[in-house]
Amino acid sequence: MTLVGVASTVSSALIRTRLSAWSLTAIAVGTVAVTVVLFAATPMQGRVAFLLFAAALYVTALTTVSALVEGRRRAKDRLVTSIVVACSGAAVLPLIAVLGFTIAKGTAVLSGSFLTHTMRGVAEQDANGGIYQAIIGTLEQVGLATLMAVPFGLLVAIYLVEYSSGRFGRFVSFFVDVMTGLPSIVAGLFIFALWILALGQSFSGFAGSMALTVLMLPTVVRSAEEMLKIVPDSLREGSYALGIQKWVTVVRIVLPSALAGIVTGVMLAIARVTGETAPLLVTVFGNPALNFNPFSGAQASLPLFVFSEAGLPNETAINRAWAAALVLILVVLVLNVVARVLARLVSVRS
Amino acid sequence: MAKNVQMKDVDIYYGKFHAVQGVNLSVPPRAVTAFIGPSGCGKSTVLRTINRMHEVIPGARVEGRVELDGEDIYRPGVDPVEVRRAVGMVFQRPNPFPTMSIRDNVVAGLKLQRVNDKAQLNEVTERSLRAANLWNEVKDRLGKPGGSLSGGQQQRLCIARAIAVQPDVLLMDEPCSALDPISTLAIEDLIGKLKQDYTIVIVTHNMQQAARVSDRTGFFNLLAVDKPGRLVELDDTEKIFSNPTEKATEDYISGRFG
Repeated sequence: MTLVGVASTVSSALIRTRLSAWSLTAIAVGTVAVTVVLFAATPMQGRVAFLLFAAALYVTALTTVSALVEGRRRAKDRLVTSIVVACSGAAVLPLIAVLGFTIAKGTAVLSGSFLTHTMRGVAEQDANGGIYQAIIGTLEQVGLATLMAVPFGLLVAIYLVEYSSGRFGRFVSFFVDVMTGLPSIVAGLFIFALWILALGQSFSGFAGSMALTVLMLPTVVRSAEEMLKIVPDSLREGSYALGIQKWVTVVRIVLPSALAGIVTGVMLAIARVTGETAPLLVTVFGNPALNFNPFSGAQASLPLFVFSEAGLPNETAINRAWAAALVLILVVLVLNVVARVLARLVSVRS
Repeated sequence: MAKNVQMKDVDIYYGKFHAVQGVNLSVPPRAVTAFIGPSGCGKSTVLRTINRMHEVIPGARVEGRVELDGEDIYRPGVDPVEVRRAVGMVFQRPNPFPTMSIRDNVVAGLKLQRVNDKAQLNEVTERSLRAANLWNEVKDRLGKPGGSLSGGQQQRLCIARAIAVQPDVLLMDEPCSALDPISTLAIEDLIGKLKQDYTIVIVTHNMQQAARVSDRTGFFNLLAVDKPGRLVELDDTEKIFSNPTEKATEDYISGRFG
């Protein structure tokens, strides 16, 4: 038996010899076997090292065999395809690992009573208690931040794309870019210094929302700006040519055309700030009891709860942190799905 | 309705680039005037100055007078939005609004100007689509998206949209260049019908089309490479295609040039 598959009997410039599935399997089995032997005979050890070594050996062997049998172009294709697949795998691996770990650890504690009870009067080693106050806090804080950041950011993006032409537009654009890299604790400390120290207000969910707004703004502006830019000018011209005013054109023609992309950008911004801990630490402060009013007094929030519980030297507290982290991920997931459904309902018909 | 257009010593610029020089012309009402000439000679640019669409491009400006029934549309204080309500335009590529249904596309100009009377909108939809020879093809699916039509139907939809606001002048910038011959024929028939009510100015690369649809034809040409374009001559279509005054025009229409 040879490594060469079918098609070798047909001769045509358009048909080239290709490695059969059988020979690919053979190469894979061969590499694993060689790796096993090497790991047994030499000082090399460890599961990760084994995987990496086997993968590297497989790609090398595959490329070499392919170069010999299928020709250079095909060999290059196989090599690059392997690298691309390996990189994609490496990229999702940590994500899947984090998700799997959180689900495994979190479902142990997660229950109906965990979602509907607060931590009021619950000691760290007690098994009961829940995150109702933190869910309410997070929803209120992120909701308020979204209400402030989205209209604000959209208006800035509309100004940048539709109206600005000179130096001021570039100036704004530059500072939006700079703000993208703002460390989240700085946003929190800014609100802390301004709202709580200088203006003498108390810790509150609203103070946290303001810090989150500062963080959301650049993402909203940037994504909305990019989406508005790709709306073809022919649509604007088509509208102008009907004698429609510029602002009506922007509101009724340009914005709806870019809506799906803008919603995605807003969702990314929301997902980003929902998990923020640092700015809330100095503005919302955290609270074991339920505080429904986001405008007065310390509130709880999911990331803050995870942070404080995970820092306690106690197994039940740490388990609660895992469960809260799982709920946080689910909240972001649900928001994402809802936004995508909404975007599909209102977006471009075809 | 159906106003005439006059241009007096019009110079058109894109930033520092002098695109068109010294255009003087007169477009009669209720007739089709065609602009022909090689690519890049400023036909479309001249067309776009008639409804102040030229200035939508950053840095673009116009000097001279462009008159609509004797009224200069570039004098200070003139609202370009009002000019565009009087001078409609159809573009090279059909551009129905993708988020709107066929019906909403037709009445977009009215609806976005806050006309909300249902009966009136329905009446305008039917009248405009009939005028654009599209009614019979789409009357059963007015709620479907505008993008679901074929290219030729989309272009007729855009024409219906343009005439729904009842402009005085209708500009067409190579309206058939993205269409097949059958759709082109449909649009040409439509132009012949529309000229009873509108002043029509059409830019075309297709000289047979200019000969078929227009009453008057203007030939544009470049002075030289990197020099501004200019209007060589504008005369009755019959004369331009049989016995033009200028040598350059004769060379162009007989295919010896461009």
